[in-house]
Amino acid sequence: MLSRRSVVALTASALLLGACGTSNDNGSNSNASSGPKKVTFEYYNLSTAEPMKSFWADAIKAYTAQHPNVTIKNISIENDQYKPKIATLTQSGKAPDLFATWGGGVLKQQIDAGLVKDLSGDLSGIIPNFTTASLAAYQFDGKTYGVPTDIGMVGFWYNKKLFEKAGISQSPTTWTEFLDDVKKLKAAGITPIALAGKAKWPGHYYWAYLAMRIAGLGALQQASTTHDFTGPDFVAAGQQLKALVDLDPFQKGFLNADYSTPDGQAATMGKGKAAMELMGQWAPSVEKDSGGGIGGDLGFFTFPMVDGGKGSPTDAFGGGGGLSVGAQAPPEVIDFVKFALSEAEHSKAVKVGGVLPVLKGEESAVTDPNTKVVAENLLQSTGFQLYLDQAYPPAVGQEVNDSVAQLIAGKFTPDQVAKQITDTAKNEAE
Amino acid sequence: MTGPDTRPALTETLSSPRRRERGRGPLTAFGFLLPALVLFVVLVLGPVLLSVYFSFYKWNGLGGLPQNFIGFDNFTRLWNSDIFQGDLRHGGILLLLSLCLQLPFSLGIAVLLNQKIRGRAFYRLLFFIPYILSEAVTGVLFTLVMSPDIGLANTLLRDLGLPEWTWLSEPSSVLFSLFLVISWKYFGFHTIIYLAGLQGIPKELQEAARIDGAGNWEVFRHVTLPLLAPTIRISVFLSVIGSIQLFDLVYIMTGGGPAHSSETMAVSMVDYGVRRTQVGYSSAISVVMFLISLLFALGYQRFVMRRDLEGATTTTGNLR
Repeated sequence: MLSRRSVVALTASALLLGACGTSNDNGSNSNASSGPKKVTFEYYNLSTAEPMKSFWADAIKAYTAQHPNVTIKNISIENDQYKPKIATLTQSGKAPDLFATWGGGVLKQQIDAGLVKDLSGDLSGIIPNFTTASLAAYQFDGKTYGVPTDIGMVGFWYNKKLFEKAGISQSPTTWTEFLDDVKKLKAAGITPIALAGKAKWPGHYYWAYLAMRIAGLGALQQASTTHDFTGPDFVAAGQQLKALVDLDPFQKGFLNADYSTPDGQAATMGKGKAAMELMGQWAPSVEKDSGGGIGGDLGFFTFPMVDGGKGSPTDAFGGGGGLSVGAQAPPEVIDFVKFALSEAEHSKAVKVGGVLPVLKGEESAVTDPNTKVVAENLLQSTGFQLYLDQAYPPAVGQEVNDSVAQLIAGKFTPDQVAKQITDTAKNEAE
Repeated sequence: MTGPDTRPALTETLSSPRRRERGRGPLTAFGFLLPALVLFVVLVLGPVLLSVYFSFYKWNGLGGLPQNFIGFDNFTRLWNSDIFQGDLRHGGILLLLSLCLQLPFSLGIAVLLNQKIRGRAFYRLLFFIPYILSEAVTGVLFTLVMSPDIGLANTLLRDLGLPEWTWLSEPSSVLFSLFLVISWKYFGFHTIIYLAGLQGIPKELQEAARIDGAGNWEVFRHVTLPLLAPTIRISVFLSVIGSIQLFDLVYIMTGGGPAHSSETMAVSMVDYGVRRTQVGYSSAISVVMFLISLLFALGYQRFVMRRDLEGATTTTGNLR
């Protein structure tokens, strides 16, 4: 028979256990009060820098003013912390209600796991408004799983004043000229290139662009389906990158430099301490945000052509950013997306130079000179490749970043880079 | 040692028949243990077993349970991985530096602080402050201090007319820079442990040694150090376990770089599990980490800390 004490002890432990087991679902709680039911949803984004930080804050304020029953939790996380955060969230079996994505293989993996909503039906009204190029990264098997907020390309942002100081009158159009300019800048005592070695992804832009110029866009696209990057052209891309690295063109301590920290790549460029960086359309705003910016001295040129390469100098590499919706998100999320990506609202972001046009006919809203030059180059582009670390599944994309970082640090040969990427891609495809 | 021994009386009270009978059934014990037991199973044993299970699959962690069983492939891949071999090497180097430099330094400080000096309490507080800071704060702080161009460290070196150092930005210097930060953060903790140990050593023994003609060093070497041995063994144990699990500081300060030259097992585990979504492989890393910790902990307790633990057991036995 149980003694009184045993009963008390058992009851106490049962109570404790009950307390542990209580779970409350705050995700989208409804309230049975009068009027439309109260809805709360989370919006995960990486708009931590101006002007997009204010754009989203304003858009949320405007939307919730019209819809007082809706509360939007605006969760902004810095780029390099954002990716692992989303990965952890999705691995827990649930995607955020609304989240920023780059599309490609990373999004595909989340779609395959059934975590992302197919927006083809819900947003059929607004999908035709977007330019075809800007939508491509979010469409799989004829279905649309995301809508773009931005589309752009990676290119060299350079400091006109520093180029002048080194006696360079024209921006380089070939890789040989480019390497010559790097030498001239070094001779003039100027750091030629700012690079975030710790963040790794900025380094992969060099290898990817060189592969596009040397092997050609077709070969790169083919490699992503055959999972074979060992061809001589891909090794040559590594060799050309090594030729650049051998000139020691990067800022002091670049191997542990981050992208948007006070001593990172963008700040180095924004303080006028380096002559150029290879970066996407957001570069001017991040330079300004973390380093003050160099204003009118900032110029843009596309990645130079490599002599004898099979690619076209007008092929563009880059991407933008878009919004995807979690599979279990409340319908209000869709409504908010429609609101934020209406021309009236989105063109505000284009006007302040935060993003590039993604809606047809939105080009007229472009006033910022930096946005304009990227938009024009993008318009003239003959082919497009999404960032490799987003286009491929995470395992492969991160291997590209990591192997190229090893090459830049002098630890890998161009052959090893090609082999590592191929091994991972093959293994992932099995 | 002082006064009459009160132990028999105490034992009598605790084990008097009346007390023994009341509520001493196994069920009561189980009832009291249940909450802790359930938490242990749910939060410790469960995840450990799940990790072991995941480590036999190729799995990206998304959507339902893993399907692609690959046996020991993750472990053979781990065994042949340059990155993982590097992890073991870096952990070993940091551990060796800690044992040979950080702990003796802490002991030295503790011996100094154990003397009657002015402002002793202030110094104790001062040295302990770094330990109170969170690892994340420490990491961010020292990333800024060691920043190559605008950092405090290089600015100071420049102002003193000394050559600048590469700190975290070169594979050759990154481990030592990390060691400096780890030591800065943890030496105060070890100092406090040693200080507590030192204060438990009866003054009479040291006095007796001095009367027998022992000098400062001999007193320290033959009286203080042997009596401090249990404390040192604990401190070494904590140091080793800390090295095996080192994560926060490294992840924030270098992310394991440059070129994996400061990567630890825990950093690799997070990199593969979260960034590369190779959860199966990452689980294999965690299993190996667990096994290393477990084997070390068991071995160390069995062979090194046996005497200390026996003491503990004997005391309980006496009370019963």
